[in-house]
Amino acid sequence: MGARIITITSGKGGVGKTTATANISVALAMRGQRVIALDADIGLRNLDVVMGLENRIVYDLVDAVEGRCRVRQAMVRDKRLPELYLLPAAQTRDKTAVTPEQMVEVCEDLRSEFDFILIDSPAGIEQGFRNAITPADEAIVVTTPEVSAVRDADRIIGLIEAAEKEQARLLINRLRPEMVEREDMLNIDDVLDILAIDLLGVVPEDEQIIIATNRGRPLALENHAQAGEAFSNIARRLLGEDVPLMTIEKPSFFSRVKRLFAAS
Amino acid sequence: MGFLQFLRRDKSPSSREVAKERLQLVLVHDRTQISPMLMQTLKDEIIAVISKHVPIDREAVDITFTQNRRESRLQADIPLQSRSRQRAAH
Repeated sequence: MGARIITITSGKGGVGKTTATANISVALAMRGQRVIALDADIGLRNLDVVMGLENRIVYDLVDAVEGRCRVRQAMVRDKRLPELYLLPAAQTRDKTAVTPEQMVEVCEDLRSEFDFILIDSPAGIEQGFRNAITPADEAIVVTTPEVSAVRDADRIIGLIEAAEKEQARLLINRLRPEMVEREDMLNIDDVLDILAIDLLGVVPEDEQIIIATNRGRPLALENHAQAGEAFSNIARRLLGEDVPLMTIEKPSFFSRVKRLFAAS
Repeated sequence: MGFLQFLRRDKSPSSREVAKERLQLVLVHDRTQISPMLMQTLKDEIIAVISKHVPIDREAVDITFTQNRRESRLQADIPLQSRSRQRAAH
């Protein structure tokens, strides 16, 4: 048995991989799971600041891989929750400092002590991505409802298929219901039509995310913001619960009338 | 707002529809690595091979991609020329 190793990836940068990793990790840990969040973005580490743990880092992933410390010594415990840890990336090195094989070794070493190992993948399709995806049992592909992000997500889904991993599940991030309503943003069904993979969850655009990141307190710690609730729902789905999608797309009277006309 | 959108709808497609259409098109080529140029070459050669053996209606040949989930396939619709039209043509 041991941990499920899940890689959070996207292809395109800036769609919310790190925020998703932090919040899903927190939400799982709040449900009593033993979780470690692993930052695979070597040279551009950020998971530490998003989680608010940047001041407690002593060693990092590369130190552990190169034998300057044991993996356990590089882990930072999040004191807000009983069983949540961060394994930070190195900031002064680059992606070639670690190989996919070394990533597998580190993850397999940790597998027996955790329920979930969540890997925050760097953007792109090169070695950083390979480092992040090689140890994974499962993958979550994050996209926003924008053409460039969806196109890159499609490419990444293809690469995950080629790596013979279980089929990736989709997280649609930063959906803006009012733009969907105006027909100025791809809706959930459009993105699912195009990418043709299973949906894990939808997170609405929420300014509370920025505020939470400013403070280094992932939203999922509180449960009142919409985006925090969306991430909690995603964690519950990962645990096998059947949680319906939050109603964030509210069809107006006119869009319903419009559909009625379109159908006839 | 909703009502204005409703009025506008008939005139031009929404940016959402345009986005979806553009994405679907570009992804067909991304996924298969078949460029529009290669597609034309394929079409020309398929027509050439088949019409060597059977008379076909070249103008009506339609070769397209179809997608089922994440599987792509090339689909060719090649109408044969009917015997009566062949005779009429001679």
